[in-house]
Amino acid sequence: MITHPKAEELAQAVARWIDQIRPDLDPRNAFLARVASNALATIGRELASGQAGERLATERLSGVLGRDGAHAELNAELCARLRAGEFNVDTPGLLAALKANVLDQLSIDQPNYRHEG
Amino acid sequence: MTVDVLSALPRLAQRLGGAEASLASAERLSGGASMETWAFGVEVLGVVRDYILRRRSAPFDPENSRSTSLAAEAALIRAVRAQGAPAPPLAHLCDAHDGLGEAHVTERIAGETLGRRIVTDPRFEAVRPRLARQCGEILAVIHATPPPSEAQLKTADFRVELGRYEDAYRSLGAERPVLELAFRYLKTAAPEPVDPVLLHGDFRNGNLMIAPSTGVAAVLDWELSHIGDPAEDLSWICVNSWRFGRPDMPVGGFGAYADLLAGYEAAGGRPVTLKRLRTWQALGSLKWGVMCLMMYQSWVGGTDASVERPMIGRRVSETEIDLINLMEAGL
Repeated sequence: MITHPKAEELAQAVARWIDQIRPDLDPRNAFLARVASNALATIGRELASGQAGERLATERLSGVLGRDGAHAELNAELCARLRAGEFNVDTPGLLAALKANVLDQLSIDQPNYRHEG
Repeated sequence: MTVDVLSALPRLAQRLGGAEASLASAERLSGGASMETWAFGVEVLGVVRDYILRRRSAPFDPENSRSTSLAAEAALIRAVRAQGAPAPPLAHLCDAHDGLGEAHVTERIAGETLGRRIVTDPRFEAVRPRLARQCGEILAVIHATPPPSEAQLKTADFRVELGRYEDAYRSLGAERPVLELAFRYLKTAAPEPVDPVLLHGDFRNGNLMIAPSTGVAAVLDWELSHIGDPAEDLSWICVNSWRFGRPDMPVGGFGAYADLLAGYEAAGGRPVTLKRLRTWQALGSLKWGVMCLMMYQSWVGGTDASVERPMIGRRVSETEIDLINLMEAGL
């Protein structure tokens, strides 16, 4: 990994600069600047925990499908089996695995999202 | 066609206010890929009246679009106002003389539309507990309105909507297990169709003008209006994505299911069960998830270069967690 600066530090620096100039922007650009700043924060979180999250997600998919494989391949197989109706909400362990995977992704995408009950 | 709205507004001001009128102010409020909203003031002899201009900024395809034309929106506003539903009074339907393309002008209603402020700002504390019931009452009035024939509204029920969004999802090539599961789940859970009624089609916290003293002052943005299941409108405002951090307040982040449904029945709406509402609510989350994917795709395809579009793709996971929770609870 490249350091001095690390990628997350670059993202953080750009986000800070955007936050500095935001108050001087017109409403439309101020809104887009906030979105841009949020995007950089998302990149920062993904750099910090994305790889670990994908490793865990792959393990959970392996558990549901009963075989090893790369994340994209297992994810595609699960989608195909859900489409075909081979798996459904009653499949043991399925909802719990999907929930854990989505919560991990949500912690990168929108850590402050307050989800349904 | 590129339209310079700012240079067309002084002429529009005179059309609205007569020869003595002048443009007092103009500000673009929002602009998506296809629709722009402008606020402007017209001064006549020292008195300023505030208006909202809505105009289409991209070509309109009535066959394939889910939106109505702005002329249809104008007809809808007139029809629901005649029944007593709060919509902003129509001031003018634009024509070729205005040089603004497809557009209409309504009076500007005072209040707040930003969902997060409505849910958190202390100014709305007193009125907040009344909003869910008001929403139910207003929806009952809208649903009892005879659909204006000139609006040529489309009809959709649960299965039609589910199918439309599944087709859209498939065309995107995304592989999302939770969405796949939800499509199958909702096919099985689909409620039996009921007599279809006029729907607003986008009734949520964000499209309501809320006044701190009186509550719902106007229902905005009628472009997704169609004919369908009353539960569709009742549920859309309950989708967690527009509860603004208050999942404990299912109706728009400000109220309870029971208040919404009680207001609906008290104002003459046919009773809707919570189960039916929650099934439609899950379809609402699923639809919003697919819409987020589509908005991301519009950036990939180059039709919308805004930074907002790719970022909205990262909102799909919020709909996935809400869908899992609804399926876990058996809706």
